[in-house]
Amino acid sequence: MAKHILNALVENHAGILAKIAGLFARRGFNIDSLAVGVTQNPQISSATIVVDGDAQTVDQVEKQLSKLIDVIHVQTLAPSCTVSRELSLIKVACTAKNRAEIMQIVDIFRANIIDISDHAVIIEMTGTGSKIDAFEEMVRPYTILEMSRTGMIAMLRSKEDSKNIDDSVL
Amino acid sequence: MRITAAEAILKMIEKQGVSVVFGYPGATNAPIYDALHKTKLRAVLTRNEQGAAHAASSYFKMTGNIGVCMATSGPGATNLVTGIANAYMDSIPLVAVTGQVACQMVGKDAFQEVDITGVTTPITKHNYLVKNADEIPKIMAEAFYIAGTGRPGPVVVDVPMDVQLQKINFRFPDRPNILGYSPQKPVDPAQVQLLASALKEAKRPLIVAGGGILCAGASCEFLRFLERLALPAVSTLMGISAVPSAHRQFLGMVGLHGTKAANFAFDRADLVVFMGARVSDRSASNPEWLSEHAKIAHVDIDPAEINKNIPCDVSVAGDIKDTLFMLEERTAGVCCPADWLDMCTKAKALDPVPKAGNSAYTNPKYFLKMLSEAVGEDTVISTEVGQNQIWTANHYRFTRPNTFLTSGGFGTMGYGLPAAIGAKIARPEATVIAIEGDGSFQMAMPELAAMKQAGADLKIVLFVNRTLGMVRELQRDHYGANYTSVDLGAYPKYDRIAAAYDIAYGAVRSDSEAENGIMEMLKTDGPFLLEVFVDPEENTL
Repeated sequence: MAKHILNALVENHAGILAKIAGLFARRGFNIDSLAVGVTQNPQISSATIVVDGDAQTVDQVEKQLSKLIDVIHVQTLAPSCTVSRELSLIKVACTAKNRAEIMQIVDIFRANIIDISDHAVIIEMTGTGSKIDAFEEMVRPYTILEMSRTGMIAMLRSKEDSKNIDDSVL
Repeated sequence: MRITAAEAILKMIEKQGVSVVFGYPGATNAPIYDALHKTKLRAVLTRNEQGAAHAASSYFKMTGNIGVCMATSGPGATNLVTGIANAYMDSIPLVAVTGQVACQMVGKDAFQEVDITGVTTPITKHNYLVKNADEIPKIMAEAFYIAGTGRPGPVVVDVPMDVQLQKINFRFPDRPNILGYSPQKPVDPAQVQLLASALKEAKRPLIVAGGGILCAGASCEFLRFLERLALPAVSTLMGISAVPSAHRQFLGMVGLHGTKAANFAFDRADLVVFMGARVSDRSASNPEWLSEHAKIAHVDIDPAEINKNIPCDVSVAGDIKDTLFMLEERTAGVCCPADWLDMCTKAKALDPVPKAGNSAYTNPKYFLKMLSEAVGEDTVISTEVGQNQIWTANHYRFTRPNTFLTSGGFGTMGYGLPAAIGAKIARPEATVIAIEGDGSFQMAMPELAAMKQAGADLKIVLFVNRTLGMVRELQRDHYGANYTSVDLGAYPKYDRIAAAYDIAYGAVRSDSEAENGIMEMLKTDGPFLLEVFVDPEENTL
């Protein structure tokens, strides 16, 4: 089993997210993450889907997604020619005593502290999933109070851009 | 033109060439039913919304015009669900228009409110909840376009009552243009060439004819292809009637309930070509074994069917008619080895033709063979689900395409009677015979009233064994004959049911009475119920 990244351009119609999620549940596909947001065209959203499965499963996911009427285009993104990012917010217990230590880790990971109180900080961190995993490991000893991740969004590198859809769509 | 959205819905239906809508009125679709008076559309009242969906499905099969069913919100809409799922599984185009509570009540758990677009998402090709009345013409055009093109399927259009009443500026919309939907993808010639090569190289090729051949209207082309290459063929349940049952090269239905000859060929072929078949578990129970023992080729209009249930060596994603046309020039001079075709046709002896016996019951297999010999060419058969269905599939001899209406993928009991009603309404000149089992019949028996009211003069063959035959067989063979809930117990007296609905009645108690019974049924004007008594121990195969 391996992770596969798919990108789907969808029409912003009511219920499309439920249709995509329902399709995965019904066909028994394992979904790792699903991140959806609007594109430069407000009528169209881009969904990045990370799927766990073999090549046959991914082939089926791609075909079944393509069958949804509101899905305009689906493509599998090869990791070697794809840039991907994920955003996470992590609330870590933090007192005046260990604040400097935590800030040092934040600096090394090029993360940001975006909120602070007498007992905790909220750290904003952008990166690949593995970078976020590594950061999580580093701050775990200080006690993670809350953590939220967006799931991956991804895009083909501009050199690889071969979306064979009409530019006028976007 | 200023008209209401309800009127616009009906205008769009009429534009499709549809002349009948099947359904049931209620509070939230009252504006549509009210507007029906201003149209030439005929409204057929079924006695349950499920029957409306089945009748509309067979209306399409008879006319080629997409069937329309209607229901009110809540229970009306959910009663349609089984019929919609049935159409989805058998790739039948269908447009279901449901009433919905008024927009400001949606989401408030109003009286008779259900999220029918949510409920039907997994069983429709697409669905709409229309909140803007101005969008009605465009959405109705899209609904018919999506339902009928590519791999066909059902589309639900859910319209809140207040939207139906709004006035709009109506004009017929242009041909739909949907960003994410382009059903007419051309067939790839390179893939057809690979299929042609596979056919040329094969020593023991076999064609599996699926419902897609009938759906594409390609029966003639398909038969010509089979005959030109002298190929043996089997069919799935949905593919029955694509090839005349008695054709020399046709071995019958394949799979769990198929003929011995069809399965003999299936197990020995070195190339199996699935054409418009989705390789369901009932037709190919062990796809892994099959793909190890034979080369697999798959032709289907739905690319998602390819490599879904069986990995294939050659695949053509596209229309069957186009594929057969392109195959013709690429297979000139190709001929199936004669010894293999010979072996296959000789295997037909494994399935003896049923003969009359002296049992105290009627042999349903013999009866169905007799029936197919007695009827005229223009006869349409519908079945229920269970033993009656398999007996018909294996023993009734079909001569023309699209004359077999059955619930294949979904296996819906209670399908056959409303489906036959829809067929008879669509084609009043044809003889339409509903083959019923006494279990299935009781699921949709109230539709006899719809039949009478609509003047749909069906011939109903009711096999009576006072048990759920196929389930009983399952319990006998796999659950130690621990019979549970298969006895139909206090069954009704069917002669009195027939009398109650003012339907002529006859009975066949044994094989010797079969011929007379059939003749009386066919000769009698108007609807007829023929009760045929069958041994509960009679096997499916």
